[in-house]
Amino acid sequence: MSISDRVIAIIAEQAVLEPSDVTPESTLEDLGIDSLGLVESIFAIEEEFDISVPFNANEPSASDFDISNVAKIIAGIEKLVSEKV
Amino acid sequence: MKRVVITGAGTINSLGHSVPDTLEAMREGRCGISELEFRDVDRLAIKIGGQVRGFEAEGRFNRQQMSLYDRFTQFTLTAAKEAIDQSGIEFHGELAARSGVVLGTAGGGVSTWDDNYRSVYEDGKNRVHPFVVPKLMNNAAASHVSMEHNLKGPSFTVSTACASSNHAMAQAFQMVRSGAAPTMLTGGSESMLCFGGVKAWEGLRVMSKDACRPFSANRNGMVQGEGAGVFVFEEYEHARARGADILCEVVGFAMSSDASDIVMPSKQGAARAMSGALSDARLSADKVGYINAHGTGTAANDKTECAAVADVFGPHADELMISSTKSMHGHLIGGTGAVELLACIMALRDGVIAPTIGYEEPDPECALDVVPNEAREAKVDVALSNAFAFGGLNAVLALKRV
Repeated sequence: MSISDRVIAIIAEQAVLEPSDVTPESTLEDLGIDSLGLVESIFAIEEEFDISVPFNANEPSASDFDISNVAKIIAGIEKLVSEKV
Repeated sequence: MKRVVITGAGTINSLGHSVPDTLEAMREGRCGISELEFRDVDRLAIKIGGQVRGFEAEGRFNRQQMSLYDRFTQFTLTAAKEAIDQSGIEFHGELAARSGVVLGTAGGGVSTWDDNYRSVYEDGKNRVHPFVVPKLMNNAAASHVSMEHNLKGPSFTVSTACASSNHAMAQAFQMVRSGAAPTMLTGGSESMLCFGGVKAWEGLRVMSKDACRPFSANRNGMVQGEGAGVFVFEEYEHARARGADILCEVVGFAMSSDASDIVMPSKQGAARAMSGALSDARLSADKVGYINAHGTGTAANDKTECAAVADVFGPHADELMISSTKSMHGHLIGGTGAVELLACIMALRDGVIAPTIGYEEPDPECALDVVPNEAREAKVDVALSNAFAFGGLNAVLALKRV
């Protein structure tokens, strides 16, 4: 599975949706994922890819990680995975 | 001062997953203590406990709930639902705004601590699930009961080791009696039967390797249990007005502190709690027909407790019955007083006294009627429930037949 598919699978599971219902344009709000759900998704992503996501739940907008939609999240993960040595 | 009655009861423990199952086991003198089953149990010296069997949490709670509910919270929610269903009470509007939840637990989410310490120390992982803190915190169970049942009044958790539930129920009682709350959910829960939870107790060297035999001369220590007991404490007129089935009345309580030793019990502290509960209830000692003992099965507790009973009740100590149901369900630590309150309700409501099982040899230092091995039928008007905790913190409740 591609990184994109793996991230979508994690987000879909959190949202209790089918992966096909999660589009690149979907926002977490669209998918019904609240702040706790977001933190849990990031944990699952970190576990899946063995990376550390620079996300601060106190101030998500100030984090160096864009969560504004699924495509942005996937792009961020792809970057982190590519930087992994 | 308002009168306070119990209109609902719920439990899960090693004797049963409901109040009727638990009371049936107590009537039959069944033992819920058996070989423990969990990871690394072979590294323990103590391998027995009153473990809850056949509890399928995954079938009761959804994935999101499972990620937030430690086993002690799962037990609490299960017992709270049974209590509320029995009571028939629904919380909305003013009733919801003023009613709350006070629960006892000694350790809170012990297995969540255990699992995650194992993960970071033993497995060397550097990341834990984000809900570890909300899952293990001692107030998690009380908070989830408040959320699940819309209880918006005073809610908190009491942690006084083995007296946690009794202290919690004493608080709930005071709130309803004073008029601060029309109804309170109260009781307690514990789930320490995991490797770290039992290993810690092992260190004290007060645990039995074979059975819990309170008051028996050949007793050799305590046995841990797990589970929860939850009750609906309700103002009497409120319960009457809605036609609720009243299980019994809570008529008094007292708390005392030994102020002497962190683990050894004190006869004076225990006696002051029992006599205090009687005076709070304005009852003379000779009205008490049954005492649910703290009765841990340790040398120190049982003889101290019996001596305290003799001091408080004088000649009547030989007339009343006193039993320890820990012999059947084990010591539920912070949840124990809640499950043991069921034995008091059974005595008052059904006229059945739960036995002290495993009783084999009389001990001259525990020369009371401990209802050995078999339940007994008897009419009881007033019952006491004792809890004497490590740290010398004691809480006794007085209950009356309605």
